[in-house]
Amino acid sequence: MSEPVVEAVDLGKRFDSTEVLRGVSFTVSKGETLVVMGGSGAGKTVLLRLVAGLIRPDGGRLRVFGRNIEHLSEEELLPLRRRMGYVFQGAALFDSLSVRENVAYPLREHTNLGEAEITERVVRNLSLVGLSSEVLPLLPSELSGGMRKRVGIARALSVEPEMLLFDEPTGGLDPTNSKLVAELILQLRGGVCDTAIVVTHDVELAKTVGDRVAVLIDGRFGALGPVDAVLGGNDPAVQAFLAGAAR
Amino acid sequence: MEAYLRRTAVWYGGVGLLTGQVFRSLALPPKYFRLVVQEIEVMGVQSLGVALTAAIFTGMVFTIQSAVNMARFGAESYVGPLAALAILRELGPVLTAILVGGKVASGITAELGSMKVTEQIDALRTLGVNYIKRLVVPRVLAALVVFPLLTVLADAVGVLGGMAIMFVERGADVYAYWNVTTYWVVPKDFLTGIGKSVFFGVIVTLIGCYNGLNTQGGTEGLGRATTATVVHVTMGVIVSDFFLTKLFLTLFY
Repeated sequence: MSEPVVEAVDLGKRFDSTEVLRGVSFTVSKGETLVVMGGSGAGKTVLLRLVAGLIRPDGGRLRVFGRNIEHLSEEELLPLRRRMGYVFQGAALFDSLSVRENVAYPLREHTNLGEAEITERVVRNLSLVGLSSEVLPLLPSELSGGMRKRVGIARALSVEPEMLLFDEPTGGLDPTNSKLVAELILQLRGGVCDTAIVVTHDVELAKTVGDRVAVLIDGRFGALGPVDAVLGGNDPAVQAFLAGAAR
Repeated sequence: MEAYLRRTAVWYGGVGLLTGQVFRSLALPPKYFRLVVQEIEVMGVQSLGVALTAAIFTGMVFTIQSAVNMARFGAESYVGPLAALAILRELGPVLTAILVGGKVASGITAELGSMKVTEQIDALRTLGVNYIKRLVVPRVLAALVVFPLLTVLADAVGVLGGMAIMFVERGADVYAYWNVTTYWVVPKDFLTGIGKSVFFGVIVTLIGCYNGLNTQGGTEGLGRATTATVVHVTMGVIVSDFFLTKLFLTLFY
């Protein structure tokens, strides 16, 4: 069996006096999608930011692409981050740049491609997320929430990632757009990028895209396993969370 | 009090660490030099009006005040060198740094702070971009060019403004005024002022960048950070001016 893409052992993270994560352990294998669920403030985004090396854990061990990243400097993390794509909850598009420049940004930074090839790749990535080239000249402020999210995914795909990290991909979207994004994640799994961590409190999304699901409760994984087993199981804490999520 | 001291220590430590990061990241890829040129335009060309207006009026006010009061001691003929020394060694670099620095640094804080609160800086990091090289180093390099150049222009305009007001208001002989001034003022008077402006440019830019990159608390926090930058820049320039003056006096006089 191949080495896990992500391997976390006993991860801990606190902010001032608040202990957000206390001993979280999990692995993500190549070709797998792990969905991390939990209520607001449970530490889902913190977990994702740890995996991307945006923040450092206070305790535990974290291996990403075979390297322990908890003590790596910002410079040392950069090549690792180029192997993953991060889709932010609010898309985090560069607001002074057009859609074209947003999606082209990683290509301009890390490659010496000519203008024609950059445009071709931008259009290809946008078509992967279901957007036409008509949006190329638009600014992020001129896009709807769902379109912004999809441009964010297209930008993340520009680095040709081996793993995608989604932070609340359906957060703030209407049911139609949520379904579109869920289908898009499934579609990406089938081709462009087959490994992902999806952070969400959307049960439907978890069922649609997840291989395994973990539920964060009080800074720990209250449950971790195959989607049907966890979401259909009878763990009282998980059921209490799901009942809350359903409401 | 303890919290205040802690915050102050964290701030100074943070600016120090950022300075270290900037020096480690000075080697820019060629494509980033376009950013340096852009910043020179934003910082320099767009601040020219502020810098020169302040310089000419300060030069005129200082000179006329000096003339009126030095006339009481019969020393009006020395107004030229006095005003020129004050402008070249202090007023030119300090006023330019405070006025242009406040404008430039608050703009930097607003821009980087806005990027911080909307996660755009994290987005850069996740795309494998060294955000210090991309956002901070070009601004610092631009400041190294802009602040001395603006100070040279402010010096010239300030001295000429003083000479003009002496001619108009006090009927001074322009030729004599210029001769006395250039007799007493030596190149190192001018150069130490320019040397200060280099340090001021770096200090101002680093403060603006640090406060922007450490903005917390959404748009309200952004407002606080921008205001704090203006205060920090003003205090930073005034306090560092004292130490730079001591240093230059020790080294060159």
